[in-house]
Amino acid sequence: MLEAEFTKKLWHFDLEIAFKAEGNILVLWGPSGSGKTTVLHCLAGLKSPSGGVVKLNERILYSHEERVNVPTRARNAGYLFQDYALFPHLTVKQNVLYGLKCNKLKCPSTDIKEMLNTFGIGHLNNRFPSQLSGGEKQRVALARALAVRPNYLLLDEPFSALDKSIKKILRSELKKVHRKWQIPFILVTHDEEDASYLGDIIISIDKGRSREIITNNAQAE
Amino acid sequence: MRINPIDWFPVLLSLKVALIAVCAVTCLGLPFARIMARNSFWGKDIVESVITLPLVLPPSVIGYGLLLIIGKNGLLGSILSHMGVSIVFTWWAAVLAAAVVAFPLMYQSARAAFSSVDENYENAARTLGASELRIFFTITLPLAKPGIVAGLVLSFARAMGEFGATLMVAGNIPGQTQTIPLAIYFAVEAGDNRTAKILVTVITLFSFLVIYWVNRWSKKQK
Repeated sequence: MLEAEFTKKLWHFDLEIAFKAEGNILVLWGPSGSGKTTVLHCLAGLKSPSGGVVKLNERILYSHEERVNVPTRARNAGYLFQDYALFPHLTVKQNVLYGLKCNKLKCPSTDIKEMLNTFGIGHLNNRFPSQLSGGEKQRVALARALAVRPNYLLLDEPFSALDKSIKKILRSELKKVHRKWQIPFILVTHDEEDASYLGDIIISIDKGRSREIITNNAQAE
Repeated sequence: MRINPIDWFPVLLSLKVALIAVCAVTCLGLPFARIMARNSFWGKDIVESVITLPLVLPPSVIGYGLLLIIGKNGLLGSILSHMGVSIVFTWWAAVLAAAVVAFPLMYQSARAAFSSVDENYENAARTLGASELRIFFTITLPLAKPGIVAGLVLSFARAMGEFGATLMVAGNIPGQTQTIPLAIYFAVEAGDNRTAKILVTVITLFSFLVIYWVNRWSKKQK
């Protein structure tokens, strides 16, 4: 379970957020400039909150009072960047394996093949990111983030760069991936449709205030 | 009529001096540029201005400044002379002069190259568990490569061509500290046009080939 309750001073306003995410998809929904990406950065440890606590299964990742701030590389947080941030000088396979090498995880080559195939990118192995379509890029980015077996996954506007047709396919794929992994997904979007389709819990934020919480029961049916 | 063989020593010395100077400038300049590209601190603008200074100051000013530092009574020079070492008027002084004037070129190119690397690539590597050192060598450096190569070429060319400061700190000792630019100057002064012409041809041809190769290479990168 990922628990967060923190504040962050931004230029124009103070960001305040509090939530608990168990193995479900939590959507942060709001207009651009509302501080959604900052929330993800704080959860990943790329930025420090101004105060509060972030906990993962009772392990403290950040605590203002106890002066704890676990660095990003030790948090084991998956992060899907808005423009995917695939390393342009590495092939698809090298991108996906990057995290495994950093963590010195040995992975038999059959497993790697299987993983690439589950994400539908097995045939793209030796291509470079510039040779991929938007949908392919997202699949690669997702495979790269999940390859290190993260404790939670952060997704920043995962569909904003995609056509409507491919977006619907990837949206349902993402839901399937989540069911398989059963880890907290924190997804940021400005799109209402994405939010209601994917979110088990939806928190709407605007000007730093998290205004309301909608719990979507569609998943439970 | 007997033709005297031309002395090739200045060519070899110039290459040696420029290579060592560029190595030093790269080892110091890259980490420094990386720090300056990603961090902000009080007095950063002052530090940057000081680093860039050798680019705009007259070489004689740099030469005199270096003499103040490494000369017999200089800050570093007096410490070294206690240890029985003197750099002034050796080819190591030429290396130092070349490195000082070449450093701003390496620094500027590398800094611009590092700043142009999208920080999200580095952030992505962080979330994947990479250490900062690993990120530098596997992400930042490869992505900044074109700019760094440009910096290498510029600083090498500048180091090869260094004249004023070198003359002041290393002198013009044939067979010891005489680099190509010095050899050309003193050959012309002595009326030895043959040596001057050959050295001018050598350095022009060499510079042309280096620039030609780099241009071809950077086109291939795209």
